[in-house]
Amino acid sequence: MAELRILTLIKRVPAPGARINITDDEQFVNTQNLGFTMSPHEECAVEGAVQLIEEHGGESTVLTLGPAEAEEQLRYAASIGINQAVLMDNGGEDWDPQRTAKAIGDAIEQLESESGPFDLILFGNESADSGGFQVGIRVAHRLGRPMVNGIKGIEVHDDKVVAKREVDAGSEVYELPRPAVLGVKEGLNLPRYPTMKGRLASKKVEINAVAPAADAGGQAKVRLLRPVETVSETVILGTDESAAAAVVDLFEELGVL
Amino acid sequence: MTSVLVVIESDQGAMAPASHEALTFARDYATSAGLPLNAIIFGAESGMAAEAGTYGAATVHVADHALLDDFGPEAWGETLAQAVTQTAPAVVVSCGTDRGNEVLAQAAARLDLPFVANCTEVDTGAAEMTRTQWGGSLLERVSLNAPTRLLSIAPHAFDASPAPAPGAGMVMPFAPVLDDSLARTKVVDRVVTSSGVTLSTAPVVVGGGRGVGSAEAYAPLEELAELLGGKVGCSRAVTNNGWRPHSDQVGQTGTRIAPELYIACGISGAIQHWVGAKASKNILAINTDAEANMVTKAGHAVLGDLHTMIPAITAEVKKRKGL
Repeated sequence: MAELRILTLIKRVPAPGARINITDDEQFVNTQNLGFTMSPHEECAVEGAVQLIEEHGGESTVLTLGPAEAEEQLRYAASIGINQAVLMDNGGEDWDPQRTAKAIGDAIEQLESESGPFDLILFGNESADSGGFQVGIRVAHRLGRPMVNGIKGIEVHDDKVVAKREVDAGSEVYELPRPAVLGVKEGLNLPRYPTMKGRLASKKVEINAVAPAADAGGQAKVRLLRPVETVSETVILGTDESAAAAVVDLFEELGVL
Repeated sequence: MTSVLVVIESDQGAMAPASHEALTFARDYATSAGLPLNAIIFGAESGMAAEAGTYGAATVHVADHALLDDFGPEAWGETLAQAVTQTAPAVVVSCGTDRGNEVLAQAAARLDLPFVANCTEVDTGAAEMTRTQWGGSLLERVSLNAPTRLLSIAPHAFDASPAPAPGAGMVMPFAPVLDDSLARTKVVDRVVTSSGVTLSTAPVVVGGGRGVGSAEAYAPLEELAELLGGKVGCSRAVTNNGWRPHSDQVGQTGTRIAPELYIACGISGAIQHWVGAKASKNILAINTDAEANMVTKAGHAVLGDLHTMIPAITAEVKKRKGL
């Protein structure tokens, strides 16, 4: 099989712990005390791309649309084995899904006209923060390529990509002709940690800049708000094994015994 | 006359329970907007039109086509796009499941329309709505400017209930024009790995977190889950440690559960996990840390060590069952 070219799309997102706070203007997540990461589905997409290149040979590229600081996530991807990085700096503005997809589609067309087509493009199933469930699908449609979301298994063959999607009782199998686009989910693999050698090498990876430009779509943020949490008064059934009887009484009361 | 159109999710002729939530939400919306409620199903009619009728659907468009006899996101999305173009609904609603969101996004891409995923509240007129971010840990108020408003509703955000006065559920055949090439994303095979109760349908889930300590230490959780006819779940930290398969993970990037009882053992309750567990009807937390998020959010808790508590609970269950 000829060497592969794989593109993976990632998004820089905050890494929240037990609670998400909102800025006073209700427009953004308050990230004052938070670190940043890429969406978990995308970590698996990056790992998947690295594994496929290790298996088949070729070259992998990672692309992000976001603030200049997203260089951190691009270098992280490079530290675990991605070869090329592209940053589309939109100044950290919150772009709607149609606008995001248009800008990314334009960038992919530009990259492919310069260096040849990607055999496989990987998106995360949805971003961890805004969770629009559509950017990858819009980009694939624009490029005229087959796209399936929710993928937890990928095999690349000469003429096709076999993809597995987890469903309640097992999995569905899809066979997409190449070139293909997939939206992957966490569980595709267990992403590796960067090695010291990988970290050092990632510092030398050149970050290519592509200027994003696209008009706003039809969905616009008004404000963020926190969901109403029902506060429950926790009933403490005990602190040791003697609580077992009270626990099983609860099972009986709920009808689950 | 324009309408509210519900996208019925189904698998091999059976309607997904989440579609009942979509139908219920859409019925209430259609009533407040003064519009008729219609639905579209993919594949041959197998009784789903009447089922949609019991939830209030007046007309059910049946898109019967060889490419639609099994799931395929592109063929389903193209069919929906054509139905939207021909019937011009004001609002299109699906459930915010994997398939529901995927089919709406495929149709939105084809129609070049916005698509608002996972709504929890929609104003009459659908010019503004509230949707989930971060898997439901945060909400976003959005405005929507589009001639046809495509949206999905967040799972478990609306309780399903049949219509007080059923709709006619009248079948109206719909013939999409589909290119054979759309077969490229149709399901070609299925692998069945489990039968019977699954994590998302289990009446009881016994969840283990980092506090369980090792892969082997899940055996007592398995035994208790088995006794209660339930399944074992886990937190993200556990799958990251390789103790359990990812298919057991409950959370934003795993499975959303809604059991009658969730027994959360040694789970701190970070938001990543909590959003996957919060639809549980009752929660019992077993944790040594009284301040853990999961303990403060649970209806009941045992402030003890799961390693001694679970065997004690299992012994008590066996005793009462006469085992």
